[in-house]
Amino acid sequence: MAPRAIAMLKDAALTALVTAALGIFIVGFRTIDVGSRTGLSFDYELTDLAVAVIVVFLGRLGLSLAAAGLRWPVIALGVVMVAAGVSPMKLPSGFLHWFVALGGALLVLRGIWPWADRAVAVASHTSGGRLVQEIGAKWLGWALLAVAVVLPFTPLADQKTMDLGVLILTYVMLGWGLNIVVGLAGLLDLGYVAFYAVGAYAYALLSTQHGLGFWAVLPLAGMLAATFGILLGFPVLRLRGDYLAIVTLGFGEIIRLVILNWVDFTNGPAGIGSIPGPTLFGAVFAETAPAGRQTVAEMLGIPFNSNHRLIFLYYVILVLALITNLFTQRMRRLPVGRAWEALREDETACKALGINPTNTKLTAFAVGAMFAGFAGSFFAAKQRFISPESFTFIESAIILAIVVLGGMGSQVGVVLAAVLLIGLPEWFRELGNYRMLAFGLAMVLIMVFRPRGLIGHREPSIRLHPVASAGSG
Amino acid sequence: MAAPLIEVEHLTMRFGGLVAVDDVSFIGRPREITAIIGPNGAGKTTVFNCITGFYRPTVGRLLLHGDRDYLLERMLGHEIGQRARVARTFQNIRLFPAMSVLENLLIAQHNKLMRASGYSIFGLLGLAGYKTAENAAVELASHWLKRIGLLADADRPAGELPYGAQRRLEIARAMCTEPRLLCLDEPAAGLNPRESAELNQLLVSIRDQDGVGVLLIEHDMSVVMNISNHVVVLDYGRKIAEGPPADIQRDPAVIRAYLGTDDSDSSPHQGQRSLNEGDGRA
Amino acid sequence: MAYFTQQLINAITLGAIYGLIAIGYTMVYGIIGMINFAHGEVFMIGAFISLIGFMICSLLGIGSAPVAIVLVLLIAMAFTSVYGWAIERTAYRPLRGSFRLAPLISAIGVSIALQNYVQLVQGARPKPGGQIVSGGFNLFSLDGFDVRVSWLQIIIVVVTIVLMAGFAWLIARTSLGRRQRACEQDIKMAALLGVDVDRTISLTFVLGAALAAVAGMLFLMYYGVIDFFIGFLAGIKAFTAAVLGGIGSLPGAMLGGLLIGLIEVFWAGYFSSEYKDVAAFSILVLVLIFRPTGLLGKPEIEKV
Repeated sequence: MAPRAIAMLKDAALTALVTAALGIFIVGFRTIDVGSRTGLSFDYELTDLAVAVIVVFLGRLGLSLAAAGLRWPVIALGVVMVAAGVSPMKLPSGFLHWFVALGGALLVLRGIWPWADRAVAVASHTSGGRLVQEIGAKWLGWALLAVAVVLPFTPLADQKTMDLGVLILTYVMLGWGLNIVVGLAGLLDLGYVAFYAVGAYAYALLSTQHGLGFWAVLPLAGMLAATFGILLGFPVLRLRGDYLAIVTLGFGEIIRLVILNWVDFTNGPAGIGSIPGPTLFGAVFAETAPAGRQTVAEMLGIPFNSNHRLIFLYYVILVLALITNLFTQRMRRLPVGRAWEALREDETACKALGINPTNTKLTAFAVGAMFAGFAGSFFAAKQRFISPESFTFIESAIILAIVVLGGMGSQVGVVLAAVLLIGLPEWFRELGNYRMLAFGLAMVLIMVFRPRGLIGHREPSIRLHPVASAGSG
Repeated sequence: MAAPLIEVEHLTMRFGGLVAVDDVSFIGRPREITAIIGPNGAGKTTVFNCITGFYRPTVGRLLLHGDRDYLLERMLGHEIGQRARVARTFQNIRLFPAMSVLENLLIAQHNKLMRASGYSIFGLLGLAGYKTAENAAVELASHWLKRIGLLADADRPAGELPYGAQRRLEIARAMCTEPRLLCLDEPAAGLNPRESAELNQLLVSIRDQDGVGVLLIEHDMSVVMNISNHVVVLDYGRKIAEGPPADIQRDPAVIRAYLGTDDSDSSPHQGQRSLNEGDGRA
Repeated sequence: MAYFTQQLINAITLGAIYGLIAIGYTMVYGIIGMINFAHGEVFMIGAFISLIGFMICSLLGIGSAPVAIVLVLLIAMAFTSVYGWAIERTAYRPLRGSFRLAPLISAIGVSIALQNYVQLVQGARPKPGGQIVSGGFNLFSLDGFDVRVSWLQIIIVVVTIVLMAGFAWLIARTSLGRRQRACEQDIKMAALLGVDVDRTISLTFVLGAALAAVAGMLFLMYYGVIDFFIGFLAGIKAFTAAVLGGIGSLPGAMLGGLLIGLIEVFWAGYFSSEYKDVAAFSILVLVLIFRPTGLLGKPEIEKV
């Protein structure tokens, strides 16, 4: 036992040492602006570094203990760390408290993991368990839909919640759109936001300069984005997966830079403002209508309430997102959808079966782009102001993170991931700064531990035998 | 003797300085199994890759007689499957592992179903015409699942099947494209004797019932000698012999180049290489 | 002509920096076939460590510029290497054998995490690095236009050439280099022959990170200001350089770096500086579409 304990301590000490080496400059010395000619001076943050090193030491030790099967010490260690994290102990920043507590919580989870894992494994290998899993995934979807539909009528529906609801649904729609490209067809598109931008600028320009309404532009924007998808996709879709990813990133940035610099057309970095919102049967959401129009409140004979606009926007994006979902579900059951998935699995085999890989990929690319175009138009109509800043690579990365976290190809997974990645940081504002850090780490952790995402179950697009016999195999 | 189905004429394939296939000609006929044998590295798979459009031959003509004549060396990879109707399997099985067995067989009927779904438009609208076509496709898939004994596994992910079943499924998938010519790249590799015998039956039924011409690369001489009508022997990229299996077994050139099988009763020669063993020539 | 020469000098300086980063991409791609998307961020971290290193030097009263540069160079290389090692160990190694795109997605995650990590601990504002080396001399004058070469530009080019030569020697002559090349050819076979593949891959990341750190330091000295976001653009351009030169090829990376430097500087000098990044991205897209093997790369034969 003793040599093993020493080995564990040595391993933990080594990990701590690496952490110290990683952190000593970047974390230990915080550069601050002082305004003089040289401009910079230091803030020493050695406590932060020390805390980080200690947490990593304990964490690594805990993981080794867990790997050796010593569950209770791990759980105890975790609990102590959580207690230390939430204690009123004096640490330089609130983040450190979080950091310590989070480390502890992860250790506790690791400690109880073997039990949870066994329970899940047992459950999923009985036919009943599989059935519960499959039906569970289905019901979860319906339950989420029910919540989404009734949300505006619940007492929760203040302005903040509705704003957040609209935001989450926008990302759900984008996630579903990108899921066609990444999850089904297996094409890593790092420039998805470009099509979102095309849709947004299409509506912004057509409405402010040519007076077209939201509902007239919506299909146009979708078609325009799809056309862009085909034009960009055609030359690049025969490339290997990782090259394709980089090329789409390049295209995304080119489109953003063109928007930024083509000032005559797009108004450049200043963006486009006073974009009209969507109308309801021609009526506008405003206290007073412009000449020749009526307000929704007048049309329906109800008193004006500024919340109506938000609730309307909420339902518009809900319907758009649901259309995306229905369309995708339908496509999955059609030959083209099956060919998308087959391409993801093995392109060579597809070619041997007489499937044209370029055309098939192109349809996935175009359909994905089309939905991004719809979402972009909606975004412009909701924000009433757009600028190139909203369409950076980071935005593509966020959408990709949602798809990856959700489990590539899983529709319900995308919803859960969007709520988790977009909703949580908005609710816990103080965590907002750490959002992107968490996104990045989450992408790595998912790839390492659960590459098929939160919801990894794949339901065949067609069955020969009814579901009840699914557990027999 | 039936008219030729595929005529391979002066096929040559070079990779840089390496000549993988050197002026090979042979003919494959419908309702016949033509075996291509030879030591590892003799260029057999390269011949397949040229026929199925994965490589473009350096020299040569690949003529396939179907509803019209197709010059395969001029066609893109997927067109050979789609129009000339040449289907193939792979040495290292290439199924769609995450998709169900049934889905694997439906993807093989992609082009037919795409037309029926009006390139997805009728399908999206849920029109009856597409439903009928899909039912027919499922029917064909079920037919093949019955023949390979996997009907009960139709809804399982293909990657979960045992090895032998995956080999059979890959053949069934190729057959669901309703091919004129079926190219099988070592279908018996890794099978036990019982599975190997079942495979023989399946291939014979494909030849006799479905009337498909089969090109077969195989190291298992029990398969080659029992079921093939015609054997082409390659060595170092060249054709060294051709003829009915019984003649090939006695051909001195073949014996010189390589022979000695555990299953055939021809007497072993000195210095010969075993058929199942890699000799490191690539 | 004078203007042209001046631009050429600037382009070579910039190209040297891109080339150093590009080597990291090309080596990693050569050995494990993945695009190390986070490499740009490693370069950024190298620049930050250099910045802090220079500040510590001035705090310690090290007045001599050459001493400070050598000291900071060593510190930056050493500590940035730890990042390269740790990234490979935690985010990439567990993914060998996972699906095709997993390492790239993980690398994007690392890239986002590192950017925001530096932004959180060091702040989002651009950091002025001060002037460590100043001055230069007039090469010649023509039509009243002085063609200047700064000492800094000479340092950058000399450091790059020395490092490249050392690096070429390392790959060609040492046992580490042999192991590295063996893994590049056939990783399974190398493992069977007793090459410690894990160690070799780790060392590849360490070397790539060390060169990126040098690039980071030179970048800091050349531009005098850095922020947490410099890794993105520099990374993309260096990757473009690696692809242009032929990914997997070390001379290709250097050549590609020089070409990207030339294209960027001349585009900005003769056309428009707004679209200079568009030019870089367009080159990337065009090369990948029309000549994915680059100028010096070997074509890949598709194995069926």
